[in-house]
Amino acid sequence: MSKFKLNEDKLFSFFVYFLITVITILVALPLVYVLGGSLAPRSEFVTRNFFLIPKEISLDAYKYLFNSSEFLNALKNSIIITGIGTFINMLFTTLMAYGLSKRWLVGRSIINFMVLFTMLFSGGMIPLYLIVNNLGLLDSYWSIWLVGAISPFYLIVMRGLFGNIPDELEEAAKMDGCGEWRLLFSIALPLARPAMATFTIFYIVSHWNSYFDAILYLHDQDKMPLQVLLRRLIIMEEDFFDPHIADIAFSQAVPLAAIIITIVPLIIIFPFFQKYFNKGFLLGSVKD
Amino acid sequence: MGNRFKKTAKPIQTASIPKVKNAREKRKKMIKRGLPIYLMLLPGVLYFLIFNYGPLIGLTVAFMEYDPFQGFLNSEWVGLEHFRRLFEERIFLDLLSNTLILGIYDIIFYFPAPIILALLLNEIRLRWFKSSVQTILYTPHFVSWVVIVGITAVLFSTQTGAVNNLLENNGYNRIELLTDSQYFRPLWVIHNIWNGMGWDAIIYLAAMSSVNPELYHAARVDGASRIQMTWHITLPSIMYVVIIMLILRMGGFMDLSYTHILLLQNPLNLNVSEVFDTYIYRAGILGGQFGYTTAVGLFKSMVGLILVMVANTIAKRMGKEGVY
Repeated sequence: MSKFKLNEDKLFSFFVYFLITVITILVALPLVYVLGGSLAPRSEFVTRNFFLIPKEISLDAYKYLFNSSEFLNALKNSIIITGIGTFINMLFTTLMAYGLSKRWLVGRSIINFMVLFTMLFSGGMIPLYLIVNNLGLLDSYWSIWLVGAISPFYLIVMRGLFGNIPDELEEAAKMDGCGEWRLLFSIALPLARPAMATFTIFYIVSHWNSYFDAILYLHDQDKMPLQVLLRRLIIMEEDFFDPHIADIAFSQAVPLAAIIITIVPLIIIFPFFQKYFNKGFLLGSVKD
Repeated sequence: MGNRFKKTAKPIQTASIPKVKNAREKRKKMIKRGLPIYLMLLPGVLYFLIFNYGPLIGLTVAFMEYDPFQGFLNSEWVGLEHFRRLFEERIFLDLLSNTLILGIYDIIFYFPAPIILALLLNEIRLRWFKSSVQTILYTPHFVSWVVIVGITAVLFSTQTGAVNNLLENNGYNRIELLTDSQYFRPLWVIHNIWNGMGWDAIIYLAAMSSVNPELYHAARVDGASRIQMTWHITLPSIMYVVIIMLILRMGGFMDLSYTHILLLQNPLNLNVSEVFDTYIYRAGILGGQFGYTTAVGLFKSMVGLILVMVANTIAKRMGKEGVY
């Protein structure tokens, strides 16, 4: 092996590390800015044009938000939508996936096709809206909870996972007098726990982040989730807060703090996600 | 309960003379055995019927002058009137070209990003470095569009935005990133890259991890440099995944994330940012033209379906032959 080759390898390696570092910093920068800014006192925005780390730490922006009844209400709404919504998602998806994993089931292929077809062709926004309207679900959280109750993609992946459970295990459980419901809850679910945790997290994230469903189906401003409030606050630059909330002045840090509070739940669940989600899970499930 | 099924299952397999009767009986038994399962399927099936197949029936609205007060049954039929109107409207060409241009931007600028990232990450040998970098890079995937557009709005706010302050201090002009229509498409692509690059790299990394290590050993013996190995081994090995992803992405280009686009929209950039779904929302939900926008949606779904089917057919053919 020539000396030249070795040098070329070293250079290439250096180049790769350098490039990756630059990309990572660029990706992280906006979030670092938001975090730094949210902790800065009002004065710092006047004296410094651009900063990532504030010289002084101030929690005024967070105090301001947690004193605002609008913000607290939106936070509460988001928690309700996400909590109950995810429960409905997991209940509906798990039951259906488990049922469809039974290869002997009469009528299985028809239902499978029914699910697959919805992934290819949908009625679109307006007919769905009219259905929700005709069911009297407008302006109720049930519209959001029910309209997205099952993600066909997760359903299919989950069905594959349940299908992987060895038949012998099932037969043995049946010998012991286990019914289908007990089979699901005492054998299938514990076996698929890492995958279930991952699906739960995906559903949580999509509810927490969802914006369009809320503006489509909800009209009452008091029912709006955090994402809608965030848009009014930042993108529309609406100043809808009470002018004097507990003597804390509005500053540029407030929108940044609102962004951080919106992201924090995701940061909390991230370690769990990393624990359960890995390439193996993704590959193993897609192959089926 | 399980015992009974096992006992009854066996004789059916062995006895072969009264075939028809046995087949019917077996079917009956299987249905009976499936009763608890059907109960489990019930909520899901109802969900699909009401919220996925209901709207399919609701597509008939595309041929009606739908009046919310008259309902589905009493609204007036207008035939293909709405479709004629769509094809005659000036906006139709705008919608088509905006969708097409965004799709092209996506393929040219977004599509290579996760591949390049995965190729780079694949060269990283330090475990801790790789895993922490990957964590940072796929975090944005979990950040909502509201937050992404929100951060952009804060950074580029015309009066107080930090980036604009920075630009001005260095002698440049402040830029109106969100309101000036010339920035809409680049911004849209940059958002997509920030949001999806790290996440989408996962599938390519997975494909790379299944490359036979013997190939690298052999190449090393032959004196190949790492850059040569990347070019001649890694890249060709993942090529079929790249091609399949490319085809699928092109097949899905009618399905732009309209939440993202809607958030980026304002009256000043509508000429470049209006796509089918945002138009449907504006004219249908906000404007109350339910029949007309259902027709627009049906047109969009049909084109989308055709694209996806063509893409799938090509991908399947590639899958058979294109694997190295």
